[in-house]
Amino acid sequence: MGFISSNRNNEQLLSKIATNDGHGENSSYFEGWKAYDSDPYHSTQNPNGVIQMGLAENELCFDLIQEWVQNNPKASICTAEGANEFKEIAISQDYHGLPEFRQGVAKFMGKVRGDRVTFDPDRIVMSGGATGAHETLAFCLADPGDAFLVPTPYIIQDQVSRFDRDLRWRTGTQIVPVVCESSNNFKLTKEALEAAFQKATEAKIRVKGLLITNPSNPLGTVLDRDTLKTLVRFTNDKNIHLVCDEIYAATVFNQPGFISIAEIIEEELYCNRDLIHIVYSLSKDLGFPGFRVGIVYSYNDQVTSCARKMSSFGLVSTQTQHLIGSLLSDDIFTEKFIAESADRLAKRHEIFIKGLAQVGIGSLKSNAGLFFWMDLRRLLKEPTIEAETALWRLIIHEVKLNVSPGSSFHCSDPGWFRVCFANMDMTTRMSPHSPISSPLVRARN
Amino acid sequence: MKLLSRKATCNSHGQDSSYFLGWQEYEKNPYDEVRNPTGIIQMGLAENQLSFDLLESWLADNPEPAGFMRDGQSIFRELALFQDYHGLPAFKNALVDFMSEIRGNRVSFDPKKLVLTAGATSANETLMFCLAEPGEAFLLPTPYYPGFDRDLKWRTGVEIVPIHCTSANSFQITESALEEAYQTAQKRNLRVKGVLVTNPSNPLGTTLTRSELNLLLTFITSKNIHLISDEIYSGTHFNSPDFISVMEVLKDSACSTEVWNRVHIVYSLSKDLGLPGFRVGAIYSNDEVVVAAATKMSSFGLISSQTQYLLASMLSDKKFTKHYISENQKRLKKRQEMLISGLLSAGIGCLKSNAGLFCWVDMRHLLSSKSFDSEMELWKKIVYQVGLNISPGLSCHCSEPGWFRVCFANMTEETLDLAIQRIKKFVQTTADNDSQRSHPSVKNSRKKSLTKWVFRLSFDGREPEER
Repeated sequence: MGFISSNRNNEQLLSKIATNDGHGENSSYFEGWKAYDSDPYHSTQNPNGVIQMGLAENELCFDLIQEWVQNNPKASICTAEGANEFKEIAISQDYHGLPEFRQGVAKFMGKVRGDRVTFDPDRIVMSGGATGAHETLAFCLADPGDAFLVPTPYIIQDQVSRFDRDLRWRTGTQIVPVVCESSNNFKLTKEALEAAFQKATEAKIRVKGLLITNPSNPLGTVLDRDTLKTLVRFTNDKNIHLVCDEIYAATVFNQPGFISIAEIIEEELYCNRDLIHIVYSLSKDLGFPGFRVGIVYSYNDQVTSCARKMSSFGLVSTQTQHLIGSLLSDDIFTEKFIAESADRLAKRHEIFIKGLAQVGIGSLKSNAGLFFWMDLRRLLKEPTIEAETALWRLIIHEVKLNVSPGSSFHCSDPGWFRVCFANMDMTTRMSPHSPISSPLVRARN
Repeated sequence: MKLLSRKATCNSHGQDSSYFLGWQEYEKNPYDEVRNPTGIIQMGLAENQLSFDLLESWLADNPEPAGFMRDGQSIFRELALFQDYHGLPAFKNALVDFMSEIRGNRVSFDPKKLVLTAGATSANETLMFCLAEPGEAFLLPTPYYPGFDRDLKWRTGVEIVPIHCTSANSFQITESALEEAYQTAQKRNLRVKGVLVTNPSNPLGTTLTRSELNLLLTFITSKNIHLISDEIYSGTHFNSPDFISVMEVLKDSACSTEVWNRVHIVYSLSKDLGLPGFRVGAIYSNDEVVVAAATKMSSFGLISSQTQYLLASMLSDKKFTKHYISENQKRLKKRQEMLISGLLSAGIGCLKSNAGLFCWVDMRHLLSSKSFDSEMELWKKIVYQVGLNISPGLSCHCSEPGWFRVCFANMTEETLDLAIQRIKKFVQTTADNDSQRSHPSVKNSRKKSLTKWVFRLSFDGREPEER
């Protein structure tokens, strides 16, 4: 690049942020993506291609939404029916967001939690997807150098964003992992929390909060009531924030049900609500990652106000706000959708789990998410990351499945892989025997 | 331990400035032709509401894109899933064509060098993150858009050092002003990373001359720094002299690749097409490292695929864009002339302008004294007594008191006419009062406490996005 040689004073002309690798996108994780992109599976045109199972997308219920959109043309403001609203919507750049959008989202969030809690539309703050929401909260809650505790394994949100990037890249905050192990099914324990906090303190790192994803990505499990109460007590005692990423809330398809932090704080009345914040998005529950609908929901007034000002940097298009607002105010639709989506996820999940069980491959018992946590520890030559990576390469290039290795989620025990099952619609028939499990049988043998 | 970050608790989002007081007052008492005819008329909002009918009729004739359809088929699923931060190719292609068309096809743009962002707000902040470290500085000519204090500085930690421009030469950028700003930065121990200009200018409504642009290129070449040209008003240019984009001058100059790589453009559809709600912004850069970094950063503020698809269709319709650009310009010109002649008949002049959605109005002769206190006093009278929310020059960091930005494209013709009548009446009344008064009666202390109160006022109500 010319700028380096021209620089008489030998100083960097671009920022460190622009030129470092903090965005985390050059990791080997993307090897799988490249393999898929260059040789994508197609049932008729390329049956030997790489099957995409690394993308946590929800494609099971588009038919329902499409039907709704076609039956409600007014919601797409620019059709004849909605045209008279076009101007008002197109010029509104108020960072409070359209009232019907906030009301729709608040109502939907409540419904997803079985109406056991209600959400205040005035606390709904927009962001550029969950990606933007996490970054915004990091900007509001922490200064550069401060840290968040994050239980492992923790997410890589498909190809576009990573927790490492969302939290750290431009904000300068750090992640301190809270190690969870397969020996107790990756349960998040008080001991692990205390150990992580202690470690940070000894390293003179100031911990500002704990960030959990519930339901969990990549585990596909939900946190039980006791654990949630433990977390609230822990953060409250240490006077640190509790950020709950609940973007998979509506993907819970089996018992036990989902318990939101919003419910817990109604029970743990001693807790300081100024410390409680929720990240939400429509990308997973509804399958709309393209529409960039992220939500920051904070119980702290100052954070709500600050996050709202920051939302200027990532507002949701009013065209989309209007559509979402209309869609989510339709109670008949949302109730039907939530139930049907859970049903389809359950069925799809079962096909995969049963199919793998038949060939002796197990996974962590899960009841949520768009993926499951597959256990291939027995197939490792040795219990190391290197062996896991070697197995992973085999799976990508020979078995032709793009799955995600546990090491990319900072998992402490090698041999686990995240497998997504909801990113092909219902018309793509996946029989239990091929093409997933038989190649894995080959790999095992 | 402090619960929140320094960013959350400081004031550098700039939204406590007096600038927003006018907004607050307007919100409390907004003019409505029928329901509130004595309310405050909003003239502080740089929006383009003159050409919606053109957009609406295009939409009526082309229902498919808005309804997630293409050739009779639903592409809802495809759009709902599309989150590639490289952007929808059809949209980027259409957007660069549109940018080129606005510049009379004198330059062309490569879609691979374009990064889509959620509005120019996000584009400007992203460029700061890419080009500067916290504590480094950008030079901006004054007066400038008040929102830059937030967009460029707040979360990035970058500083703004003003390049002082004065009415002595119609607020044009001079070599000495550039040098002085650079020296000021050095004295403050701030490393200067670049210059950011808005062309056409907000709030001046003027386009940069070729010699100013050449001056800027020479300056950044010799100082080895960046130049950002915020050209979001490029489609609002309606009169001679021509709008000249920095890209044109770059093309005509003998600048090296290194300099080419340090020139970046910011664009948006909020002003030219009047669609601020859709959050369509873009960064254009010749530096592939900047493009790569900005593309990844755009993850924090991508444009909704629904919107990209709709606008891709609209902007690919060349017949429509051609008609829109010229018709929009005609209407802006007419509206500006209406405001100018109206103000003139009240004895008020404006800076000669040829673009933008506002005029830079000279009310220096209405000040009781040549001071910003006096400007604030006049402004409060205009907001409360006259019932017009206009933007005081101080909020735009103007170095001379007495100038105000008055918008003309965000209201009906009738409302603009009413605003002009109110101004005329105010000027007349003031003149009558002056001639009756034997000596000035305003106490200095009262003026000072008034100003203090205005500056101390913290604004926590509705704050619409505004330029």
